[in-house]
Amino acid sequence: MTGTMSKILGGREGAIGLAVLALLILVILPLSLDLFRLGLVGKYTTYAFVAVSLVLLWGNGGILSLGQGIFFGLGGYLMAMFLKLEASDPISTKIQTTPGIPDFMDWNQLTEIPLFWEPFNSLPLTILAILTIPALFAYIIGFAMFKRRVGGVYFAIITQAIALILSILIVGQQGYTGGVNGITDLKTMLGWDIRNDGAKYVLYYVNALLLIGSILLSRYILSSKFGMLLLAMRDKEERVRFSGYDVSNFKIFIFCVSALISAVGGAMFTLQVGFMSPSFVGIVPSIEMVIFAAVGGRMSLIGAVYGTLLVNFGKTMFSETYPELWLFLMGGLFIAVVMFFPNGLAGVWDKYAKRVGFIRRIMEGKGKADKTSADSNTQGAKA
Amino acid sequence: MFDYSMAEIGNIVVMQGFSGISLFSVLLLMALGLAVIFGQMGVINMAHGEFMALGAYTTVLFSQVAVSYDIVSYYFIFAIVAAFIIAFIVGYLVEYGLIRHLYKRPLDTLLATWGLSLIMQQAFRSIFGAKEVSATLPDWLLGSFQPTPDIDIPINGVFVLVLAAVVTAGVYIFMFRSRWGLRMRATVQNRIMAGAVGINTKKVDRVTFALGCGIAGVAGAAFTTIASTGPTTGSLYIVDSFMVVVFGGAASLLGTIASAFGIAQAQSILQFFMTSSMGKVATLMVIVGILMMRPEGLFASKLRK
Repeated sequence: MTGTMSKILGGREGAIGLAVLALLILVILPLSLDLFRLGLVGKYTTYAFVAVSLVLLWGNGGILSLGQGIFFGLGGYLMAMFLKLEASDPISTKIQTTPGIPDFMDWNQLTEIPLFWEPFNSLPLTILAILTIPALFAYIIGFAMFKRRVGGVYFAIITQAIALILSILIVGQQGYTGGVNGITDLKTMLGWDIRNDGAKYVLYYVNALLLIGSILLSRYILSSKFGMLLLAMRDKEERVRFSGYDVSNFKIFIFCVSALISAVGGAMFTLQVGFMSPSFVGIVPSIEMVIFAAVGGRMSLIGAVYGTLLVNFGKTMFSETYPELWLFLMGGLFIAVVMFFPNGLAGVWDKYAKRVGFIRRIMEGKGKADKTSADSNTQGAKA
Repeated sequence: MFDYSMAEIGNIVVMQGFSGISLFSVLLLMALGLAVIFGQMGVINMAHGEFMALGAYTTVLFSQVAVSYDIVSYYFIFAIVAAFIIAFIVGYLVEYGLIRHLYKRPLDTLLATWGLSLIMQQAFRSIFGAKEVSATLPDWLLGSFQPTPDIDIPINGVFVLVLAAVVTAGVYIFMFRSRWGLRMRATVQNRIMAGAVGINTKKVDRVTFALGCGIAGVAGAAFTTIASTGPTTGSLYIVDSFMVVVFGGAASLLGTIASAFGIAQAQSILQFFMTSSMGKVATLMVIVGILMMRPEGLFASKLRK
């Protein structure tokens, strides 16, 4: 492995980690789970996009956004608008007062499709919108805040307020957004039924590959010079600024990238689950997604995916059997992770699993050369 | 907005303005606690709303006891004091067990206290049930008085306003006219020097945090006079109260009062003319917009950090 490839894969250890993850979500889970459970995995992996974006933004950039639900939701809604328009053809909606418009618009006495819905008749435009609108929104928020050097807890509070505004707005504007139920009854994409078993498998794999793609993209960003600067900004922002770098532009950039990754996750959520609602936009989902990243390890892109899967399976299991206990557990998890495992599962892995001889040998490769480099690393850490 | 005569609009503004004053009082009480915790210590307490709910549930329990002993007329004052004390004690314990380990990591405090708020919400739900409960109010809090035939001002609103004024005055005296407040401000300004001159800064932290929580408890007691309490009541107010504190300028008491007034009035007057959700959206958008222009808030202290 040389050059760029090695950078993207994150060296031997990173490549093995990624290969194990890919093996798990591309081969092991599809073979061992029934379609219903696999659908759940598919849904959770869409949240993992947000967790990965938070590793970039929060773990490495030190910017805690409590509004990632905004971008996940925007991505999801943009995709849902396209699918809804396709599902609302005049024939299948002929019982409505105005056939040919989405059902919730009809219920709210709208008689024609609003202008801002028009572009979503076209799939290319929709995909373009998913890739640009959330990132653009992030740019506006980021520009307004980072240029004035607002950061830390203020940024967290304001992004949280924006998530609240957006979710109230979506609930309040029923006629345009479907209100509290969201956009439901999505059926086909360009005539292709997204609800049958075959389509579910296809969408699962598309989603999994996109997730791995996002991890590779994030790896590439983090291993570049920009990634170094990001870490430096997190730890000593003033020094980076005094060294002549424009800190605010870097922050805006990473915020936009994280918005883009989250939006792709949201769009894939809509495609796999078949609806989108304001309950994925507001404050609670936004904070929950932070905890996914925290449990997995805020510095570890792959850890974030495992964290998301584990917390969500835990949630599904416990809220089926002991709904009372779940909030206690979730709350306890927040506190425990923050107080005792600030680097999450990935931190626990680094600390304990790597002591086991054979794991270390696999991870670091065999031979004396590696052993000496490992020794010099420990010395470096001591110094 | 144009279907009303001038006199009607006048009456609407007065009455909505007054319902805004009830909201203002609760927001102010919530925000005062936060202004102490966040403004002074820089700690983000996402469980602040749950401390308010704790005060509210305490008041409800007191009212149930009062009903069974038939002393409804008197209990309320004691309930307020009890709400303060219980929230203070819980806050003290939370600071000891949780917050003090995280002072160097403010963003992590935010997550940990969010976890705490989930636990408290579920505890309320397990103990008091998922349904909203309300306190039996003494007779002197019910009813309203009418200065003119078209204007109707509820007495509980006046009571909450007076309570908010008393607590605000108390916080002012505590912070700026007492030894405790002096120690608190010294610790905030320069922790190391404060420690060097013999102030027990850890104790100051603990009392400051507990005091903020206690004030949230009083906010909860006040809240029971205007609405009923459920397990998630607190979380409805948490973003609003953070907005109040940030908008007012984190370390400024005057700013907190002014911004609580502005936000509450804007919300309740706009809610009359638009739908309730759009009124809230409009208010929050204006605040976020202003904060983006002026991140230090309305009444920023001129201190360099």
